[in-house]
Amino acid sequence: MSNRLRRLVSWEGFLLVLLLVTVFINSSIAPAYLSVENWVNIFQLSIEKIIVALAMTFIIINAEIDLSVASVMGLSAAVLAFLHLAGAPMAGAVIIALLVGLICGLFNGFWISFVGIPSLVVTLATLIMFRGGARILLEDRSIGDFPEWFNRLGQDALLGPFPLGIVLFVLFVVLVVIVLQYSGFGRYVYVIGNSSNVARYSGIKVRRVKILLFTLSGFVAAVAGVLFAARLGAVRGDTALGFELDIITMVLLGGVSIFGGSGSIYGVLLSILIVLNLRNGMSLVNLTGHLQTGVIGILLILSVLIPNIAGYARRAWEKRRYAQQIRETAV
Amino acid sequence: MLSHFKSRVRPGQLRELVLIILIILMMLFFSTQIENYFSPRFFNRISTSVAIIAVVAVGQTLVVLTRNIDLSVGSIVGFCAYFVGQTLADNNDISPILVVLMSVGVGALMGSLNGVLVSYGGVPAIIVTLGTLALYRTILVEISDAQTVLTSDLPEWLLELPQQNIASAGGLDLRVMVGLALVVVIFFALVLKYTSFGRRLYAIGSNPEAAKIAGFPSQILVFTAFVLSGALSGLAGFMFLARFGNITVVAGLGMELESVAAVVVGGVSTNGGTGTVFGALLGAILINVLEQSLIRWLSISEFWRDFLLGFLILLAVAADQLIMNRIRDYWARDTYQLATEAAEPSLSTSQGNESDVQ
Repeated sequence: MSNRLRRLVSWEGFLLVLLLVTVFINSSIAPAYLSVENWVNIFQLSIEKIIVALAMTFIIINAEIDLSVASVMGLSAAVLAFLHLAGAPMAGAVIIALLVGLICGLFNGFWISFVGIPSLVVTLATLIMFRGGARILLEDRSIGDFPEWFNRLGQDALLGPFPLGIVLFVLFVVLVVIVLQYSGFGRYVYVIGNSSNVARYSGIKVRRVKILLFTLSGFVAAVAGVLFAARLGAVRGDTALGFELDIITMVLLGGVSIFGGSGSIYGVLLSILIVLNLRNGMSLVNLTGHLQTGVIGILLILSVLIPNIAGYARRAWEKRRYAQQIRETAV
Repeated sequence: MLSHFKSRVRPGQLRELVLIILIILMMLFFSTQIENYFSPRFFNRISTSVAIIAVVAVGQTLVVLTRNIDLSVGSIVGFCAYFVGQTLADNNDISPILVVLMSVGVGALMGSLNGVLVSYGGVPAIIVTLGTLALYRTILVEISDAQTVLTSDLPEWLLELPQQNIASAGGLDLRVMVGLALVVVIFFALVLKYTSFGRRLYAIGSNPEAAKIAGFPSQILVFTAFVLSGALSGLAGFMFLARFGNITVVAGLGMELESVAAVVVGGVSTNGGTGTVFGALLGAILINVLEQSLIRWLSISEFWRDFLLGFLILLAVAADQLIMNRIRDYWARDTYQLATEAAEPSLSTSQGNESDVQ
């Protein structure tokens, strides 16, 4: 246990160093980088992804995965746009869009916890399905013309320099830290992630926790989708396509194990900062959007590969030291 | 009578039979909805598009059998199609065999990166291939510089390839590409059924721990599965190039989902260890018939395609979980009973129960 704790601490230390290096390089390239406006801008550009990443942290710690989040974002944004086009009042459309996300999450959770299909397969299928739903609603149209107040909500500052998305994100971070690190429910999530059998025998209602997590994930994705629609001011069938890659990368880079049961929200927050700053830095040196995706892909693989290699190396080293100890005592 | 039937038929074959019936029913349904449905042209179009996805699905089957998944196949298909197309456009004199080998080779190389990371790096396949899905597509976008491979730059033989037939009967043609796909399917069906390599893939997928304890070289086998998946995607990339001619940077986009869908619908379990190449072929046929029919069906828009595809995967997996597992248990129980009765005719079932009580 202490070993794992030490590894976690060192991983977070490593992230902190990485973050400082990125910030240092960025600020030496562009002096305006450290201004408040730029930081607000950095957050604002990926605000939807980082909100969803917080929910994804719960899912992955629970030893599951949700590949459908980007499609849920797209679907809820599409529902919003579709209802708006059909003449529904905007507030009602927002509520229904959020409900749709909730139902999508419930749908995922049902197949995973009550039918018992692996989450990878379920969410892969619903990734296609929900995206298909968005395409059915919007076909190949792009729908905008949202009311003024709705667009302002996505784009303009709400509290001081911070727009609604960032305010929501901060509130959400506080909530997540409390729930995941200090509440009984958070403990359940870790225990289930470590061993769902042990959790079940200990009297934890595993199915209920899982379905709740997936429903929450769907709801949060819908919130992000609505925010995305407000920020861009237009929705298409392929809105938020492929976002799951970034989101999962942020969580895994944060030291959350893909096998569940370990990792913390602090690591994820650090890795969110790293990914955001890395993207900003790549933009500063004129690397195009597609190259950034490739770099994120490499980062995703490395974030799992490096701890693995470190683990091998440490085990080999410990073995050698142990052997040496035996030899010395024998002499 | 029933036991006789059971000893001859695997539960998986029952599932394949259901798939065949489903395909026929679906075609009958669409033939009442769409005028002139059973035309030779329609057959040719479906068979060619099935050919490409079937080759990818065979590779995907090998990987999924070992309890892994390869999400990078779409990017590999796109990259190989573009890379080979560009090379051919620059130099029209390269011999056809060399072209195919190049495509397969590049695909195998990309697959081997996946394989190394999964089996030697210990990184879960979903992470690796999600990463390389983005990575390979990025490389494609970067080297292409947003240029397109044009049909007019390609050599004559390649453009004629999709129209060439092996055999033809009453307007129904067996295209060269379909023949190629059939050869691939049959070859790998035989490999999986009769070689130790094939059987070991099943063993690894059924129980990775047991396979390791039994002394199977699991790492190299999983690695090989990924390399083969990459190589077959490379072959599919060549077929993609031959079929479409114009290759943009989005070539093969989404093919990974289609191939996973074909494999899962075809009865290859994502838990590994069960399923056949033939099932994956049937899955590919089912999906393609549905897709091509929806495009021609006027009642609902073609945008329904993705929705139905996703739903189909979910349904197939749920059916597997809820029904097939039960049938498999039932089957296994009876076979076991038959076997014990045959071995020890003096022991009746009731005595067996008594010894359980003791």
